[in-house]
Amino acid sequence: MFLEVKNIETYYDKIKILNGISFSLEEGRITAILGNNGAGKTTTLNSIMGLLDDQPEKGTILFQDKPIHRMDTHKIVSLGIAYVPEGREVFEELTVRENLMVGAYLRRDTKAVAGDLEHMFDYFPILRKRIKQLAGTLSGGEQQMLAIARALMSRPKLIIMDEPSLGLSPLLVREIFGIIEKINRDGITILLVEQNAQMTFRVAHTVYIMENGRFVMNGPAEELKDNADVKEFYLGVREIESLKGYQRYKRKRTWK
Amino acid sequence: MITQLLINSLVAGSIYALIALAMNLIYKASEIPNFAQGEMSMFSTYITFLLLTTFGYPFSIALTGTLLFAFLLGFIFEFLFIRRAKEPNLLGFIIITLGFQLVLFGLAGWKFGSDQRTFSLPFSETEILIRTESFVLTEHNLASIIIAIFVMAGLYILLNHTKLGLAMRASQQNVKAAKFNGIPTDRILGISFGISSVVGAIAGILVAPVATLDPTMMWDPLIKGFAAAVLGSLESLPGAVIGGLLLGLVENLFGYYVSLEFKSIVAFGIIMLVLFVRPSGLFQKHYIRKV
Repeated sequence: MFLEVKNIETYYDKIKILNGISFSLEEGRITAILGNNGAGKTTTLNSIMGLLDDQPEKGTILFQDKPIHRMDTHKIVSLGIAYVPEGREVFEELTVRENLMVGAYLRRDTKAVAGDLEHMFDYFPILRKRIKQLAGTLSGGEQQMLAIARALMSRPKLIIMDEPSLGLSPLLVREIFGIIEKINRDGITILLVEQNAQMTFRVAHTVYIMENGRFVMNGPAEELKDNADVKEFYLGVREIESLKGYQRYKRKRTWK
Repeated sequence: MITQLLINSLVAGSIYALIALAMNLIYKASEIPNFAQGEMSMFSTYITFLLLTTFGYPFSIALTGTLLFAFLLGFIFEFLFIRRAKEPNLLGFIIITLGFQLVLFGLAGWKFGSDQRTFSLPFSETEILIRTESFVLTEHNLASIIIAIFVMAGLYILLNHTKLGLAMRASQQNVKAAKFNGIPTDRILGISFGISSVVGAIAGILVAPVATLDPTMMWDPLIKGFAAAVLGSLESLPGAVIGGLLLGLVENLFGYYVSLEFKSIVAFGIIMLVLFVRPSGLFQKHYIRKV
């Protein structure tokens, strides 16, 4: 397995956020985690990236059969995992160019870095125009593209993205998801965390659904899309309606 | 006379600026006001004295040794004390720096004695370079200004044109983001402490010939440097330089035109004034750091 998460439990102080979750990624595919606010999606990603001190409390995380749980974040990154965080977190007082160079921090091949910089500007033409601007002055969409480009600069094998569509207009959301598919076609495995179910089902190959710190359902996107519960609670499709146009009963989740 | 005042201001200001720079380098990286800065400089200056006078090495070797020692001192201070603090708050950090200050102060008193010592640098403070009717410029004056300019230029190049500098600035702005871009932020913070300590040591070497070397040597310059840093904003390196020069100027003008005895209250006055009028200093940042 490319990335394998086994039974991890993560605590914030004494509160258990993740109740022993397990999942795995296949190389070269897009895997998505869907869930509502507070389900534990971001905590899952932070646990993988080693951004929480002394967490996960229990469980193992294997990347290409190498244990990476509780490792220092910069060592995890050096194995070929890049992270695009929720809320973008670009370096606001560095220029666009400097932000991208930070992304390439661990690389020693200066020439190839310069080439990749050009490559990024082909991916995101808008960034070329902003190259000398401070990242804090960019719009939300541009910052999101910068965050993705910054992650790509490390030449990762796996990119982990946390809600890249957050706070963007529908048009931009479509553009960002288009970019995600393009990156994946170039051979990079993607772990995507989202709330936007419609777009997620369109691009992802495998989908996991998370509620209250555990997975309640998972499977290929094509199959899951037709599941009645998923339709009702994530895609907003109402199946059973009376002639007058309102629902006869409130559907309950069957996965409890 | 005004030329002489300006020269004196510039010399004093350069030294204040160096101390302020040293403080800001750490404050920007960790939001810790490092009150051990002065004692770290003092201790490093003793190393110069030791190498120069006791062991009789030439100045170049003594200087190299001192800067190396200063870097290690800063790095080890961060590694042993700052990094160990679990779930620290600002007060905790301040207590740690004050504690380290006392340790160094006691160590210096025990190891080197509290006698006032003099030692000679290649640029003497009594050797007069230029004497005209209106002003006198000593070797030490000129050297202080030139060395300060070199240090500032060096820091500018380091921070803006090297990979290490980029990593330092990235870690200053957003530690978490720096981490997941592969920057070992702990080590970078240690290096920041080391560089700050080196800058402080250079200031110490420049202060020593004027103030005579003893364990309390840096008390006064540190307060002034801190005032300069507050004046220019603790978050800004150019602010530290301008704050230092401004403080040097105001202090010397005050000393000449108002009262020489009360010259040293100027620094306190400025700290108070800045806190009343513009608490974040003259050169505050545009972006507020997200916590």
